[in-house]
Amino acid sequence: MRTIELVIIGGGSAGLASAISAYEHGIKDILILERDKELGGILQQCIHNGFGLHTFKEELSGPAYAERYIDKINEYKIEVKLNAMVTHLSKDRIIEYVTPDEGYVTLQAKAVILAMGCRERTRGAIAIPGYRPAGIWSAGTAQRYLNMEGYMVGKRIFILGSGDIGLIMARRMTLEGAKVLGVAEIMPYSNGLPRNIKQCLEDFDIPLYLSHTITRIEGKDRVNQITIQKVDERFQAIANTELTFDVDTVLFSVGLIPENALSEEADVTLHQKTKGPIVDETYQTDVPGIFACGNVLHVHDLVDWVSLEGQKAGISAARYLNHEVTSGKTIQMVAGEGLGYIVPHHINPSNVEKSIECMFRVTKTAKFVELVVKRDGQVLKRIKKRHLAPAEMERIVLTKDELMGCNESIRIEIGEVTL
Amino acid sequence: MYDFLIIGAGITGSLIARDLSHYQCRVAVLEKDNDVANEATSANSAIIHSGHDPHDGSLKLRLNLRGNAMYEGLCKELKVDFERNGAFVVAVNQSESSNLLEIYEKAKERGIPCSLLSREEAIAKEPNLSDDVILALDLPSSGIVSPWEVCIAAMEDAINNGVELYLGNKVLKIDKKDESFVVHTTKGNYESRFVINCAGVYSDEIYAMVSDRPGFFVKARKGEYYVLDKFDEPLVTRTIYPLPSEKGKGVLVVPTIHHNVLLGPNSQIIDDKEANDNTAAALENVRKDAMKTVKNIPMNMVIRTYAGLRSSGSTGDFIIEEAKDVARFVNVAAIESPGLASAPAIAEYVHEEILAKKYVFVLKDEPRIERRPWIIINRMGNEEKQALVKQDPRFAQMVCRCEYISEGEIVDIIHRNCGARTVKAVKRRVRPGAGRCQGGFCEPRVVAILARELNLSPMDILLDGDESKLLIARTKE
Repeated sequence: MRTIELVIIGGGSAGLASAISAYEHGIKDILILERDKELGGILQQCIHNGFGLHTFKEELSGPAYAERYIDKINEYKIEVKLNAMVTHLSKDRIIEYVTPDEGYVTLQAKAVILAMGCRERTRGAIAIPGYRPAGIWSAGTAQRYLNMEGYMVGKRIFILGSGDIGLIMARRMTLEGAKVLGVAEIMPYSNGLPRNIKQCLEDFDIPLYLSHTITRIEGKDRVNQITIQKVDERFQAIANTELTFDVDTVLFSVGLIPENALSEEADVTLHQKTKGPIVDETYQTDVPGIFACGNVLHVHDLVDWVSLEGQKAGISAARYLNHEVTSGKTIQMVAGEGLGYIVPHHINPSNVEKSIECMFRVTKTAKFVELVVKRDGQVLKRIKKRHLAPAEMERIVLTKDELMGCNESIRIEIGEVTL
Repeated sequence: MYDFLIIGAGITGSLIARDLSHYQCRVAVLEKDNDVANEATSANSAIIHSGHDPHDGSLKLRLNLRGNAMYEGLCKELKVDFERNGAFVVAVNQSESSNLLEIYEKAKERGIPCSLLSREEAIAKEPNLSDDVILALDLPSSGIVSPWEVCIAAMEDAINNGVELYLGNKVLKIDKKDESFVVHTTKGNYESRFVINCAGVYSDEIYAMVSDRPGFFVKARKGEYYVLDKFDEPLVTRTIYPLPSEKGKGVLVVPTIHHNVLLGPNSQIIDDKEANDNTAAALENVRKDAMKTVKNIPMNMVIRTYAGLRSSGSTGDFIIEEAKDVARFVNVAAIESPGLASAPAIAEYVHEEILAKKYVFVLKDEPRIERRPWIIINRMGNEEKQALVKQDPRFAQMVCRCEYISEGEIVDIIHRNCGARTVKAVKRRVRPGAGRCQGGFCEPRVVAILARELNLSPMDILLDGDESKLLIARTKE
């Protein structure tokens, strides 16, 4: 059985960035396993602009953004297997994968980075009533048909969920000549980035129905009509608010779920909120030598942050392989009032060089509030925020000094309105 | 001229066809849909009931008991999975307990293996039984299968051995002649000495094509279900029944042969025989009822909902007989629950009790051609997999990440004698799209493979029914 220093599962934005940074930190024996026929992951079907503003200070398309990383992979001659699906991962880091070239292969990795990304929540998962005809897709699948395979899935579209893929698809389908009749969002606020609401819906006069959901899908073979209804604060449909639309297609953009079947097989503990692994300051999971980054860890809003996280996980894996990671006392990161989660979930300050960036999401929208950081119950600092929304990932930096003074936990919560 | 023409390629029609394929006779099956197993056979509870439930003296009881005993052997012959996982009927209050005692006494009389378990004994075997359960009837002979796999395998076996299958043939009219029938369909005419009507919810309408006074009618009894994802630790290992009522067996919690869990069905008679839609109210009732018998049901593991239409007959029992007013026209109608459990016994009954009285069966001389099982990469040992990949690298090109299905497996089932031609037909046979992503990842790949193998444009590929094309145009260049 072949032994490899570092195996990266997934050649999308997280995997590519982690491979490059691990290489640049001295690990040369790296293998990327990618199940698709090319590197880049979901970026390859995101042909719209808007990627890389933070990383490259310019607006790139998804494929162009991926290309920058793929060029580096090629330059460094990092080994890549395409059409390679990992079928098993053990907690001892024994990996089984399969490709048409090699058949079924087993190898031993000294370290593994999980970078499998996420999958879309489906119509079935949210049990939307009605028929189950053709014409119903998750937005990303329709995007693949459109941008990769070159086919239109429909001409009269309704979109459930205001996730970013759905919004991007609203604009894309419109530009392809389809009529997008509306977007319904069950929450009272949008789940997409504000810029996508503006550029993908408002600029094309596509109505957004907040606090609405689809309550009926008609059409035996192909969808031909849907009904939407307003919902109350418990998300129950309100009678006599029905609106019907004649459509041939319904796209679902109702959330993303980290793809952790392999992590679970390897006994990696997952977090209830993120549905991704619980990790420490090195992005290491609770299984030694297994790291996680990108959307498999928690769903991000921008690819730039995925790449950044991949980069950090790559450095950490290199340090782990070079025995530079120390164990010791850890600080629990606690998501307080108004926060869904914080990544990393716990921190050992001795592995933090100068500072560490913590990422989190809020559970509801808020304006003119402050984020309160409490260290062992005492207020450490307050950070003013003009605007917070669940659609946007928030970041907060903690310095090594701030961490060193902590005994047990650091809690972040949304404080009072500051107006 | 055929000897036997079977209308309907659900599980009863397919098993009757397979039974007849043993004998020197010409048999054809007409199916209105573009695949077999496409209606009730694909949307039921997937249980081989023990026989504790049907009324005394009913055909349902007789054939359920016999069918349950036949399944293990049948599945071995067809090379499909069968598991005798057992079942509990549970009582959640005192009045239910006394009813359960009656069911127990009856089960004993019927020779069904059974025993009564106290709450403690039951919980030891099924820790997720609800806190209200006070008594359980253990029915170890209850089993589970994949109903459509049994049906498809039976049809493959039948075709291997001479039966002709004609898909997309909706019956429009039947002419009675002195010694035969001429069945007119949307695609052609078929003449046969016998007609066996296995047309499910439409069996009364098919019968009405030859009879002025059909003595029964069939209504659609809709049942709605949730499908839950695979569990690491099983929620339940046995089928869990509530106490039955007049409306049927009630909402069950069912582990499936593919390690999912089903919750359902409710039971509602409807007028529209095509209305297999889900409704919010019914699903909510299913959820609530399931939670009466089993606790800790994780509704966030739901991956799909579906509804099935069972053929509920006006007599309350199965209607399996030569029509009283039309010789050589055999009705196999009103096959609602326990239809799946009874199906092999129905085929035997049709042969022995009905057809054999009018037709002299002679076994074929030549040995039977055995059915080649589906290729399931995920279950193979390493050497077996490697050998297969050496022959054809497509067995190492993964198409489905949820269920680990390779392109090779899909190509194989497309080119079989009862091959898949739609995305749903592929799903039914090898399961891409049946997992947690519900086809989000694999569907474009399955469409591409179907188009290539069938020499069609991807734009011609159907999800399911004939009007269910997926792609409607090329993008602008």
